[in-house]
Amino acid sequence: MTAAVFFGCAFIAFGPALALYIFTIVTEPLRIIFLIIGAFFWLVSLLFSSLIWFTTATLIGNKDEPREKYLLIFGVLISVLIQEMFRFAYYKLLKKASEGLKTINPYEKAPSMRLLAYVSGLGFGIMSGVFSFVNTLSDSLGPGTVGIHGDPPQFFLYSAFMTLVITLLHVFWGIVFFDGCEKKKWYTLLVVLLSHLLVSALTLISPHYGLNLVLAYIIMVLMGVWAFFVSGGSCRSLKLCLLCQDKDFLLFNQRAR
Amino acid sequence: MVASTSASLRIDSRKFHGYELPAPGAPGHRDGARVGLERPLPEKVGIEASAQLRGKMATAGGGCVADPGSRSLLRLLSFCVLLAGLCEGNSVERKIYIPLNKTAPCVRLLNATHQIGCQSSISGDTGVIHVVEKEEDLQWVLTDGPNPPYVVLLEGTLFTRDVMEKLKGRSGRIAGLAVSLAKPSPASGFSPSVQCPNDGFGVYSNSYGSQFAHCRAFQWNKVGDGLAYEDFSFPIFLLEDENETNVIKQCYRDHNLSPNGSAPAFPLCAMQLFSHMHAVVSTVTCMRRSLIQSSFSISPEIVCDPLSDYNVWSLLKPINTSGTLEPDDRVVVAATRLDSRSFFWNVAPGAESAVASFITQLAAAEALQKAPDAATLPRNVMFVFFQGETFDYIGSSRMVYDMENGKFPVQLENIDSFVELGQVALRNSLELWMHTDPMSQKNETVLNQVEVLLSTLEQSGAGVPTVVLRRLNQSQPLPPSSLQRFLRARNVSGVVLADHSDSFHNLYYQSIYDTAENINVTYPAGQSPEEDLNFVTDTAKALAGVATVLARALYRLAGGASFNDTIQADPHTVTRLLYGFLVRANNSWFQSILRPDLRSYLGDGPLQHYIAVSSPTNATYVVQYALANLTGKVIDLTREQCQDPSQVPTENKDLYEYTWVQGPLNANETDRLPRCVRSTARLARALSPAFELKQWGSTEYSTWTESRWKDIRARIFLIASKELEAEFGSMAELLDVAGKGLNQLSVEANLQEWRLKPAFSPHCWPRACLQRA
Repeated sequence: MTAAVFFGCAFIAFGPALALYIFTIVTEPLRIIFLIIGAFFWLVSLLFSSLIWFTTATLIGNKDEPREKYLLIFGVLISVLIQEMFRFAYYKLLKKASEGLKTINPYEKAPSMRLLAYVSGLGFGIMSGVFSFVNTLSDSLGPGTVGIHGDPPQFFLYSAFMTLVITLLHVFWGIVFFDGCEKKKWYTLLVVLLSHLLVSALTLISPHYGLNLVLAYIIMVLMGVWAFFVSGGSCRSLKLCLLCQDKDFLLFNQRAR
Repeated sequence: MVASTSASLRIDSRKFHGYELPAPGAPGHRDGARVGLERPLPEKVGIEASAQLRGKMATAGGGCVADPGSRSLLRLLSFCVLLAGLCEGNSVERKIYIPLNKTAPCVRLLNATHQIGCQSSISGDTGVIHVVEKEEDLQWVLTDGPNPPYVVLLEGTLFTRDVMEKLKGRSGRIAGLAVSLAKPSPASGFSPSVQCPNDGFGVYSNSYGSQFAHCRAFQWNKVGDGLAYEDFSFPIFLLEDENETNVIKQCYRDHNLSPNGSAPAFPLCAMQLFSHMHAVVSTVTCMRRSLIQSSFSISPEIVCDPLSDYNVWSLLKPINTSGTLEPDDRVVVAATRLDSRSFFWNVAPGAESAVASFITQLAAAEALQKAPDAATLPRNVMFVFFQGETFDYIGSSRMVYDMENGKFPVQLENIDSFVELGQVALRNSLELWMHTDPMSQKNETVLNQVEVLLSTLEQSGAGVPTVVLRRLNQSQPLPPSSLQRFLRARNVSGVVLADHSDSFHNLYYQSIYDTAENINVTYPAGQSPEEDLNFVTDTAKALAGVATVLARALYRLAGGASFNDTIQADPHTVTRLLYGFLVRANNSWFQSILRPDLRSYLGDGPLQHYIAVSSPTNATYVVQYALANLTGKVIDLTREQCQDPSQVPTENKDLYEYTWVQGPLNANETDRLPRCVRSTARLARALSPAFELKQWGSTEYSTWTESRWKDIRARIFLIASKELEAEFGSMAELLDVAGKGLNQLSVEANLQEWRLKPAFSPHCWPRACLQRA
């Protein structure tokens, strides 16, 4: 069953992200570049948060059970803060870059900020998904499965769905966040930060997998709806899309009209 | 990159017994580069290796060395350990696996013609756990169980030849075996050794004393079932820790038991055993492969190493070790053996097989040294502790070889007489039997010399009421003993003292149960370790009696007469040695007699006496330093002078060995009082001459080698279903093969491209390559 678990979990976690990548990103080289830069920014944020976590761990030194737990919580919170800071830094960079692009190539339209928000969000999402799940995935190859200490055997499935939700959330957060920056609505940034904190904190109550998965998916749906409207979607365009009357919906919508 | 990986792999592949002697030029050391690599300095070893070594080092007596000078080293080390801990602290893995840390594997050993021991496949053998507590439980494993292969958790009492043969017969259904310790030891005895130990390498053969060859007279080790000399195709591990055994049994009860014999539902509790061995077939094959590797490859992958260590020896009167003795110098040799073995790697308590006898000899050496006229006796006395005698007399055959070739200060013709201690701790009714060799006594002079030897022993025994020396029938052969190797080379007059008249009294010869309890070394409950250390047991008193007889006999044989009755072995010495070797090595006395850098070699358990590969084992060092401290003198030198006495005009390094030892604690028990001990206790290489001569198929000398390995560990976990796992296994194999094929193809393609460019067209090359591959 280990192989089935491995492939199943891998496709659950990375399937949607892969599909989005193939259908929306690969078409244009510039998008691939921005996606990779986004992923890189997330990596740098991870580097910083792990540095902070490591130095704190060495400074505290002592390795008893509750203290390690507090250290982990602290690490998660710091990591979320740093990730959002890097999202902001990436926004600033893109802002400069798009101006630069305009001066280099005045005849072609530079990609819109909405599109860049989506691309960068996907970059963040893919990287965080890969980092949070690949180790677990490699352990799912066996020979053993989870459960010898009484843990629920659905651990891998849960992790896969959690990875999926985090990946998608990063996309939505990216869109909402960039939009907030564009429109100088700073409260959206706070909402993104808080919801990110909330989802991360949910994973800390690890044995109650069902509960925190459901909560995470509710948050994802809410963020998704918000992102949809923020990026110019409407009930009408959704209807057109669902009835297959507007086949280029996703891509077309991204273009500045 | 390539170099560093191979280095770390090689470090993994060997378990450390300790520091290499600073004599890499010692003959037989095939690749000097390894010496540096094998030093167990963890900060050089790196994260991967230190993680690997954790848990295993316990048997080798590892631990932190906290020399005041090496604090920064220590910090670096702890940093490494921390890093390793972080890398290893994969919480998902901890959710899945429970590693078994206190296990001992059965490893592969090879001789000129055979391989013995066990091995797993390269990625470890996995099987569903089945606990076998009585013989009926085997039915499930061998025929009924629906989920083969199984890993059998075998009760120690069932680890017999019968059961093992059944398991071997159905090896397709057996993935491996985990054996728990039987407590108490099996009452009927258990010896995995053969009934005729060291057969074929002693003095008797079909051409010389054929009536005694192959134990025709009688089997020395009657309970021996020869398990330790069998080859098993599945891994076998010993579970040393009862708690771990209980964890496994609990997992088995929770998951693998089903009501009334139906198939239990998945997930099932399984165990995986890793003990893949690199060497196969025989010493001839594996040494040839190693040699080819080391002569052509930059980073040779040695597959096996000769079993080798060091003999410990000392002299009553110091001689110049840089030369050899004059032919008319006479030396009385007192010999015994240092090593034992068991079915499992580095588990060799050898209480009766080795420890009791060498402790007796140590006590005798101390007693003899105290004789007032010891320095003026007409003949010298040499005490030898042979290492590796279990494996076809490695130590004694090497010493004889060195003596014959003039590489040892004492020559064969200097030997006046030879007194060996066999197993001596299990005497019935005070009797100590004197075994002699009937073949050499066909020579009139030897017969007379032996007669003198025996009567001297009897006279010496007369003054000791606790020992009664008994002669044996003239036509009885010698038991397995080092003397046999000397008799092969020269007709020396010799005697072997033992507690048995015919077969061994030891019911646990060379087994894991040959422990302190076997020779009745027990202590009253509720005592502190310090009180235990100085508590004189009955066994200690009895062994002290034997030591007294030995010391007095040696005194007489060396030509002494005047102080015979004052020579007395100290039961306190014996009891402290017994405690240190058999109960707890890390005690105050052992600490005080060791070199400061060796103190971490002492663990909280008994010392193990399995011969190592190429470096002195913990036990060898402890015996050497015990001998040095018991027979040596504390002299007034500083640390620097002690380490290099050539600067001191009154001292001579050729005559004596100087050791800087930790010394006892001072009055308020805070610091130690280190001191310099001058003695004649030395080490001599115990590597079989077969490897010196590169005669790997030798029938004259021991050819035992130990295979190398990369990874030895065991873990338990749950498996979700067996069939799919097997399917995946084959898929992984397929991928592996495909990968190798691709590799091969690309190499070939490169070659083609390089050599004949026009022939390389996309239409033809894959088929051509496949055909060649």
